[in-house]
Amino acid sequence: MGSSHRRWADGGYPIMKRKTQRAVLIGSGMAVLALAVGLAIYALDDSLNFFLSPSQVQAGDNIPSNTFRLGGLVEDGSLVVDGEMNVQFVVTDRVADIKVYYDQQAHGLLPDLFREGQGVIVEGTYGQNLFTASRVLAKHDENYMPPEVADALKEAGEWRGEAPE
Amino acid sequence: MAGRGPRVIAEIGHFALIMALVVAVVQSVPPLWGAWQRNTTMMGLAAPAACLQLVMLGTAFLCLMIAYIGSDFSVINVMMNSHTQKPLLYKISGVWGNHEGSILLWALILSFFGAAVALFGRNLPTTFKVRVLSVQALIGVGFISFSLFTSNPFLRINPVPLEGLGLNPLLQDPGLAFHPPMLYLGYVGFSIAFSFAIAALLEGRVDAIWARWVRPWTLAAWCFLTAGIALGSWWAYYELGWGGWWFWDPVENASLMPWLAGTALLHSAIVVERRETLKSWTVLLAIITFSLSLLGTFIVRSGVLNSVHAFASDPARGIYILAFLTLVVGGSLILFAARASALKPGGVFAAVSREGGLVWNNLFLAAATGTVLFGTLFPMFADAFGYKVTVAAPYFNAVFIPLMTPLIIVMAIAPFMAWKRGNIMQVLRRMWPAGVSVVVAIVLCLTWLETTSPMALMGVALGVWVLVAVLVELAGRVDLFRTSVGASARRAVGLPGSAWGMSFAHAGIGLVVLGITASVSWEREVITMMQPGETRSLGGYEMTLTSVTPGNGPNYSYIRGVFEVREEGQFITQLTPEIRTFTDPPTQTTEAAIYPLVTGDIYAVISNAGPNAKPGLWAVRLYHKPLISWMWAGALLMVVGGMFSLADRRLRLGVAARAQRRRRREQEATA
Repeated sequence: MGSSHRRWADGGYPIMKRKTQRAVLIGSGMAVLALAVGLAIYALDDSLNFFLSPSQVQAGDNIPSNTFRLGGLVEDGSLVVDGEMNVQFVVTDRVADIKVYYDQQAHGLLPDLFREGQGVIVEGTYGQNLFTASRVLAKHDENYMPPEVADALKEAGEWRGEAPE
Repeated sequence: MAGRGPRVIAEIGHFALIMALVVAVVQSVPPLWGAWQRNTTMMGLAAPAACLQLVMLGTAFLCLMIAYIGSDFSVINVMMNSHTQKPLLYKISGVWGNHEGSILLWALILSFFGAAVALFGRNLPTTFKVRVLSVQALIGVGFISFSLFTSNPFLRINPVPLEGLGLNPLLQDPGLAFHPPMLYLGYVGFSIAFSFAIAALLEGRVDAIWARWVRPWTLAAWCFLTAGIALGSWWAYYELGWGGWWFWDPVENASLMPWLAGTALLHSAIVVERRETLKSWTVLLAIITFSLSLLGTFIVRSGVLNSVHAFASDPARGIYILAFLTLVVGGSLILFAARASALKPGGVFAAVSREGGLVWNNLFLAAATGTVLFGTLFPMFADAFGYKVTVAAPYFNAVFIPLMTPLIIVMAIAPFMAWKRGNIMQVLRRMWPAGVSVVVAIVLCLTWLETTSPMALMGVALGVWVLVAVLVELAGRVDLFRTSVGASARRAVGLPGSAWGMSFAHAGIGLVVLGITASVSWEREVITMMQPGETRSLGGYEMTLTSVTPGNGPNYSYIRGVFEVREEGQFITQLTPEIRTFTDPPTQTTEAAIYPLVTGDIYAVISNAGPNAKPGLWAVRLYHKPLISWMWAGALLMVVGGMFSLADRRLRLGVAARAQRRRRREQEATA
């Protein structure tokens, strides 16, 4: 014991016995695991974005109060840009239409591949019959259909053919 | 129809691919059995088969490349992904720019590493080497048959189309041409660590020599993966035109996870090499790292992550992937559970010691890997239960940053620590310059930059802490200020490569942390409408849109905006962002203009203001991103550090081999 006290005094820690070492390793592993799980659960609560189709939004049940994603096609001829760079367009699954508002000055310009008549996913909140988007996602090539959008169109019975691979 | 190569080339490639599968089977099963039964004939098959497999896959890949260069559209894969008008570089990079071709490239690199072990592994114990080669071949069998039966790049089409479909201009970029092969060299490089781990479990032995073998492969793989991730991130930054460089996209996470696990493996292998302890953990890490590489490869190309329904659209492929992953991960974990106890436990150490620091590193890297994995796969599991969700970036930031912080704090301290039993007070006393620098940096941020954001302050503190600690540690190693400058310089030259490697890599992390912190915390952004002649101010710079003119590029037409950048009236540079319109397929891209400075990048994007906007008005986005180039410099420094470590003579296998021969001679002399 005397020598171990000296070790503590000079700032060094004693070398562990094999059993102790295993216990410490497992214990610290558990502690970090607990920390990670705690962080994950805490962070997931705010970051889970549900995906809804226009029909589901129009039906009105189970609309998340926080941010969610809405996906469908950008209705032809629905895009309007005002002088302040605010954008409005309609996202449709051919059954229901949802009006979307997007402020480019606050959230960035519309992506390159945003087109009328093509698939889009918008992220934001819904209230008073208007979807206020904080993000517009239209990625990949001109034939790309986000799988969620394809599913939504299928569910609405509006799916025409497979997207080319 | 011009330029179409001889069609028979694709048949040769197809045949070579089939032969490669046969050779891989010969390389895997008989030698594995032979190693168990001590049958030298069977074992002798492994090495030549490994070389032959490389030749076969090399032939297959070359044939596919020739088909691409010659625009042989009778091959479906070429037709789907190439085009006669593509520049040569992108015809070649088109080979691996798609699912089928990339799987073939994967198998090719895998066989390349296998052949390297066969040719240069002369000093490995025979049964061990044979087992490594056959495990490598088993993975090869998995990949080649996946390629042949579900993703064959040599399938033909009749009638032959006149023109190919693939000409996505976003993907025609040098950054993206080299990004996938780099990533793959990284992913597949970890296969060697995996094969060594499985062979070690079969043999029931892990020792310092094993670690010396595994370390260089892991290091090389890690360097490639680091470079690959950095290239991809850089591409997103300048090509996608919204100034972001990391989106926590599943595709990005797929490459980050093996990187995190691989970094942990790199560090735990040091403990095995120096102290012969943490053996079973290191073996487990090798298995995990490679499993994550496999997962990464498959989820990127198969689209599984977007939706489990990707399985439904191509059930054969999906089921194959699932089965292969289950077999590799499950099989190796079962083997680990059964055999890990055979590995002799190594030396003990104090909690505060170099080993302790490396364990700390492993704990947090493993935790970070786990949380990223959870966030990446969560939507898939939710989808299986009928919920469509995405896990957004805030999750990853909220989880990743708190887990990286303790890791980076200790990263600066651990290199000062003695092996086995360190003295924290002594170490902290030596680190005083780092502590003082952190205080000065925080005071500067508070007073000069008037920043009070705790995130920004913490990031700056972490970056400075690591950078100064690296310098202090290096200065201590070369006795700077304690001896003459000449003597210090001589000592610096004589330092082992791994010492430089660690310093560079750790300093690289410091630069990355500072780059991220500064570019996020002090970014200036102006999104607005402008017409020629107008000026906007952007974080101390005045940006004038002088003109907007149309023109024609090689295979697109463009509208080019010209910005003049001034600082306090002084002309600095001219930026020319473009809107490019490609006709075939009809695509519009925005080409960002970036002026990189050490202090930060000036970034400009121009685009159409919209259908009903006033004519003459353009939508523009202007950014000033402070210190962002430090991030790329940091990544580069990490790769350079890895290469320095690789060059360390102690890691050179000749040295280990000579030591082994000497020991054997000594044993014989005493006997």
